[in-house]
Amino acid sequence: MSNTEYTLQSKSDGQTTWQFLLSELKPKGKWLTPFNIISIPIMLLGLGLIVLRFWKGLGAVTNLTQDVPWGIWIGFDVVTGVAFAGGAYVLTFMVYILNMQKYHSIVRITVLNGFLAYVFYAGALLLDLGRPWNVINPIIGNNFGTSSVLFLVAWHFLLYMIAQLIEFSPTIAEWLGARRARKILSGMTIAAVIFGITLSTLHQSGLGALYLMAKDKIHPLWYSEFIPVMFFVSSIFAGLSMVIFEGSISHKVFSDQISEKNHHAQNGILIGLSKICAGTMFAYFFLQMLVFIHGQHWDLLNTPMGYWYLLEMIGFVLLPMVLFFIAYRKNSVLLIRIAAIVTMLGIILNRLNVSVIGFKWDAAIRYVPTWMEIVVTLAVIFTEIWIFRWVVNRLPVLRESPSWVKKEK
Amino acid sequence: MGLDRRGFMKTLGIAGVTLAVGKKLHAKPKEEKEVEFYGMLYDSARCVGCQSCEVACAEAHELPLSTDELLAGTNRETHDKRRTVINAYSTSKGEVYRKTQCFHCNEPACAAACLTQAMHKTHEGAVIWRGDKCMGCRYCMVSCPFDIPKFEYHSANPKIEKCDMCYERQLEGKMPVCVESCPAEALVFGTRRELIKEARKRIHENPEMYYDHIYGEHEAGGTGFLQLSPVPFEELGLNVKIQKSSYPELSKGFLYSVPTIFVLWPAVLLGIHEATKNNKAKEEENE
Repeated sequence: MSNTEYTLQSKSDGQTTWQFLLSELKPKGKWLTPFNIISIPIMLLGLGLIVLRFWKGLGAVTNLTQDVPWGIWIGFDVVTGVAFAGGAYVLTFMVYILNMQKYHSIVRITVLNGFLAYVFYAGALLLDLGRPWNVINPIIGNNFGTSSVLFLVAWHFLLYMIAQLIEFSPTIAEWLGARRARKILSGMTIAAVIFGITLSTLHQSGLGALYLMAKDKIHPLWYSEFIPVMFFVSSIFAGLSMVIFEGSISHKVFSDQISEKNHHAQNGILIGLSKICAGTMFAYFFLQMLVFIHGQHWDLLNTPMGYWYLLEMIGFVLLPMVLFFIAYRKNSVLLIRIAAIVTMLGIILNRLNVSVIGFKWDAAIRYVPTWMEIVVTLAVIFTEIWIFRWVVNRLPVLRESPSWVKKEK
Repeated sequence: MGLDRRGFMKTLGIAGVTLAVGKKLHAKPKEEKEVEFYGMLYDSARCVGCQSCEVACAEAHELPLSTDELLAGTNRETHDKRRTVINAYSTSKGEVYRKTQCFHCNEPACAAACLTQAMHKTHEGAVIWRGDKCMGCRYCMVSCPFDIPKFEYHSANPKIEKCDMCYERQLEGKMPVCVESCPAEALVFGTRRELIKEARKRIHENPEMYYDHIYGEHEAGGTGFLQLSPVPFEELGLNVKIQKSSYPELSKGFLYSVPTIFVLWPAVLLGIHEATKNNKAKEEENE
């Protein structure tokens, strides 16, 4: 990543805003990095496949069947992606509601990450819609399906994206040097945060509630009327694990942008987050056990799906929980990172178990995604990372705000 | 009690004219006479497996005719080009047929799932799909306990294909085409109340001939498509463990909690925010 000692002073060099924006669009630094060499062909291939999908229909690209109408584009891109994006609402809760100032330095990058995740992963939903030109129907009121959980989720996605954009907007104003706008937008932060947390509570659980009506289709070890609660609680540590994971990478990749003070604060932040992860995972594991005992499915444990369930619960919930706890006690950043990765794998496993693997687990023909579905998913993720990198390299996300911001305080 | 055939036609005629005359009239159902749900009764004890209904259905809805053979032991399925299908089952009472089609639930999961009301339970009882509203999310397919809605995966302008109980024909005062075409009178069309009465009568008059259960009377909260059989329904490949309450009931609790959270959460969050303001001030002092 290039050196980006870039402030908005250049704007006063007689540039218009338009010229400034154009100059910002240009790539910075060398672009034949290993990441680019891998991601560019996949993004191009993904684009081609998306064209094919809209031209020939979903069946040309996906392995979806009449029995399994939702594949990894929903189960992974949307359901799992949104769980990982939960870090934004958890962190804004900690910083703006609980006033834990320690975490303030990572709020911007987390909100940015959350916002882009919603734009891209909820955006990936459009690829999966058979008749996407009607997507505005539930919004413009061409019949509101208010009895639908999906109606709630769709509206919340939209509103939450707006809330996150407002939370992030002071950064954009700083980048553009818009002082007045920054002042107004900063004043809206608290309202946007409160609104955003409320929306997140409802749609994180709502994603689970989507599956409530599929009672006979989901394996009983994963189906219970508590799916919404499970999805909500797990989104807390899913999101924070993502913050740890993404933060650790950003810290290396964009290290030239991070101030000395924030460099030192990083370890303290990670250790604090690991404590919260361990705590919420304990609550989650406890809830899962209650649901399991309540469901009386002991006999199912001694089946292949039962072993799979035990693997998820022990290997990917209990184990990373213990790891987070030990890491917190020993102040081991490496262990925190390992625990975060195991937790994230566990979240992928859990969401896919509900939405894909455990869905119609007894069907004669199982759904297995095509390579094309995987490529499109990767292309979406890579595009998101590209935009993320573009923004971090230009806007004061990790970097200190321009000097005029402090003066105005 | 109940409507006779003429009364039914009259009501349908009125409904049809109302629809034809203008939307405004139709948009005020409260002023209309309350109409009972119409449904269909299918009797496996009478069905001879001639597949006339399949052919009539395909022709009426401009779908291709089936080419696969009807054989006991092989499962033929409805798909995006076939709305109804007859299957044969080797049972304890010999070969028995069963018709698969949309159940037209009283409280359909598909309609509750639909965020644009493209899936719609009509006042007449048929559950229909409306293409101008549908965005193709396929949540109806995820939710339907009977796996009835089918999606055209190989089309750039895909439709959801499912039985609509010939709703258009009903509005013209006609019966569903499969009922009309059945030579064995295995299918009856009428109000749900009448059909259940008729089904009970058949079981009562011929207890040896029928298994004592009307599938659809209570299944999934009651369905418009009711079935009688000479053998237990699991022998005909039906899900007999299906819940007796309606499927939309399952997500009702969640949906009801939404307004509560929407009102309470912001208040609680704002309260905590105000309560912890001192911490912020202290921390800044320390710095």
